[in-house]
Amino acid sequence: MPRESEPDRPLDLPAAAKEAAIAALVALGLFGLLIGIRTDQGPTGALVFTTRFGALAVIVAAVFAATMLRAMFWRDAAFSVSRLVPASVKTAASGLAAYAAAAFLAFALLVPIIFYGNRYLLDLGILIVTYTMLGFGLNIVVGLAGLLDLGYVAFYAVGAYSYALIAQNFGLSFWICLPLAGILAAFAGILLGFPVLRLRGDYLAIVTLGFGEIIRLILLNWQKLTGGPNGIPGIPRPSFFGLPFNNSEHGFAATFGLHYSPTHRVVFLYYVILALALLTNWVTLRLRRLPIGRAWEALREDEIACRALGINTTTTKLTAFAMGAMFGGFAGAFFATRQGFISPESFTFTESALVLAIVVLGGMGSQLGVAAAAAVMLGGFELFREFDQYRMLVFGAAMVAIVIHQPRGLVATRAPSVSLRDHTDIPAATVRDARTESPG
Amino acid sequence: MSAAEPQTFQPLVLTVEHLTMRFGGLVAVSDLSFFARAREITALIGPNGAGKTTLFNCVTGFYKPTIGMLKLDHPDTGAWYLLERMPEFRIAREARVARTFQNVRLFAGMTLLENLLVAQHNALMAASGYTMLGLFGARSYARAQARAVDKARYWLDRVGLVERADDPAGALPYGAQRRLEIARAMCTDPVLLCLDEPAAGLNNRESAELNIFLRALRDEHGISILLIEHDMGVVMEISDRIVVLDYGEKIAEGTPGDVRNNPRVIAAYLGVADEEVAQAEAEAGL
Repeated sequence: MPRESEPDRPLDLPAAAKEAAIAALVALGLFGLLIGIRTDQGPTGALVFTTRFGALAVIVAAVFAATMLRAMFWRDAAFSVSRLVPASVKTAASGLAAYAAAAFLAFALLVPIIFYGNRYLLDLGILIVTYTMLGFGLNIVVGLAGLLDLGYVAFYAVGAYSYALIAQNFGLSFWICLPLAGILAAFAGILLGFPVLRLRGDYLAIVTLGFGEIIRLILLNWQKLTGGPNGIPGIPRPSFFGLPFNNSEHGFAATFGLHYSPTHRVVFLYYVILALALLTNWVTLRLRRLPIGRAWEALREDEIACRALGINTTTTKLTAFAMGAMFGGFAGAFFATRQGFISPESFTFTESALVLAIVVLGGMGSQLGVAAAAAVMLGGFELFREFDQYRMLVFGAAMVAIVIHQPRGLVATRAPSVSLRDHTDIPAATVRDARTESPG
Repeated sequence: MSAAEPQTFQPLVLTVEHLTMRFGGLVAVSDLSFFARAREITALIGPNGAGKTTLFNCVTGFYKPTIGMLKLDHPDTGAWYLLERMPEFRIAREARVARTFQNVRLFAGMTLLENLLVAQHNALMAASGYTMLGLFGARSYARAQARAVDKARYWLDRVGLVERADDPAGALPYGAQRRLEIARAMCTDPVLLCLDEPAAGLNNRESAELNIFLRALRDEHGISILLIEHDMGVVMEISDRIVVLDYGEKIAEGTPGDVRNNPRVIAAYLGVADEEVAQAEAEAGL
C-alpha cells in the first residue's frame, strides 16, 4: 500500500474501489463456505443442504463498504487513534493517570461494600482480580523481561495442585500452604527456564506452549497423585485466622456476633485476592526500580549489550521466570481454595491465552493497563453473555483493532525507573512523544 | 610470529598469542599475536573483512577462539585473566573489559540514565543484597543507587548529554548514541575499553571531539583503549600504537609513523602494481 504523508491529497476513487473490490472478493471466498452454505439435520434425520446467500451478500457488502471508507479516509498508513487526541488532552490525561490508579484502587477496595448483596458481581470481582494478579505475574516475564511465555497456566496449575495436595495430605492451613505453593511454582519456573535459556521470540513461545501442555498432561495422567481427570475435590476452605466461615459456634459470624451469611466468605476471599494482587503489584513496581528489574528491561531491549556489560543473562532470565511463576502459583493456590475443587480442565491453553491477551492489551510493562484490561475483558465477557457466541467475534475484532492502532497496548507509555531531575520537571507530552519514536 | 617483547615504559594490558578463529572452512583470524600496553591507545586497522571485529569478539568473549591465548593483566593490582576461558559476562565483570558495538547497541526504550545504571548492574546488585535488601528499602541500597546516579551523571556530563538524561536513548541522534555507548561502557569501570569504529557516521567536528575525549580517557582516567577504526584521521592522530590486519593476519605494527610508511600497509589499503607487490613482499621477507 502506498504511503502518502501530505494531508491534502485528492480522493482517488478508482483506486479505493479497486482495493475494496479485492477485499470483497477475499471475503466472498472466505465466507462463501462458512456462511453461504449450511447443512442441517432434516426431519428424517438426513442432512439437509440450505443456503444463506442473503447473509453472505450482507457481509461481503459490509467488507466492501468498510474497505472503501478506509481507503478513502484512512489512507495514511501511520494512522493511529492516539493522533486524533490533541496534545493538551494527552498531557491532562497523563496527569490524570496517577489519580486514575488511586481511583481504581479505591473502587476495588469498596467493591464488597457497594455490591454486598450481589453475589454474582462479587464473584465476578474475584475473577477479575485473580486475572489481574495473573496478568501482573506474567507481566514480569513478558512485559519486563520480554520473554514471550505461552504456557503461564502451568504455574497457575502447579500452585493450585500444590495447595490442594499439601492442604489435604498434611492438613496445613492456607496461609502456610500459600508460600509453599509459590515456591513450588517458582521451581517449576526455573525448571522451564533452563531449557529455554537460548531461545527467543517465536521459538520460546512454542516451547513454553509445550511446557503448559506437558504440565496439564501430567496432571491428567498421574492418577495416583492428582486424581487424573477426576481432579481433587474437597479442598479445605480458608479460615479467618483460624475461624472457619460456617454456621457453627466457633465460626467467623458467631465470634463477631454477626448473623451467619455465606457472603462473608466471598467478601473475605475477595479481600484475600485483592491483597495478593496488590502485593504482586507492589513487588513488581519495587523490582522495576531495583537493578534486577532494570536488568530485565535491558534484557528485553538488547541481550547482547547486557552480556557486554557483565550481566549474567542466565540468572537474570531464570529469576524473571521464577518471579512470574511464583505469583502465578499464589494465584493458583487462591483459585484452589476458592473453588474447593480443581481438575486439569481448569488449566487449558485458553487460560494462558487469556492472561497473555490481558497483558498485551493492557500495555506490556504497565500495571494500570493490565488491571484495566482484565476488568474490560472479563467484565466485557460477562456483560455480553447474552450475545452468546457473537461476543467472541466482538472481542476478536476489538483485539485486532487494538493491535493495529495501539500495538503497544492501551497504556503504551513507560515510566522511567529513575530520573535525574524531579519527575514533574519533564513535560509528560515530550517524554511520551520521544518514546513513541523508539522501536517497540 | 610471536608477540614482540614488551618495551620499557608501560606494562602490557592485553597479550594475544597465536590466536586463530575459524568458522567452518573460513579462517577469519589466523595465528595472530600482538599486545596492547596499559594507558595507551592501540588501534586495529585493516581493510574490510580483515578480521578486526572477529578479534574484538574473541577478546570480549562473544566468540571462543579456535586456537590461541588471550591474557589480560590488571596493571594496578597484578591480577591476570585468561580471556579465552571465560564467558563474556565474566570478562566484563571480572576482567573488566568493556566494549562498544559497530552498530550501536543501546537500550533504546530506556532513558540515558537507566542505560548507565544498567552498566553498573553488578555493583548495584551486590548493594541491593541481591534484591532482598533493596526490596525492603534498605538505606544502604539507596546510598549505593545515589552513588551510581552520581557516576552516571559524571559520565553523561563528560559526553555532553546530561541535559537529556531522562530522554529515551533511542531518541538521540546517531552521534550522541555513539557517545552514550562509550559513557555506558565507562560506567563498568573498565581496565581495557574496546571501541568498535567509534567515529563511524560522525561528522568532522564530532570526530575531533571524540579524539579529545579518547585522549582524556587515556590521560586522566588511565584507561587502556583498543580501537577499531577506519577513519585514518582519528587513528593516526590519537593512536600510540597501530596493529594492521589483512586477511586475518598481522601485516604490520608500530607507531603511526612506522605504519604509515609501511609498503605492505599501503599495498593492502591502496592496491599496487604487480611488480610493486613483488617488491613489497620481498622487503617484508615473504
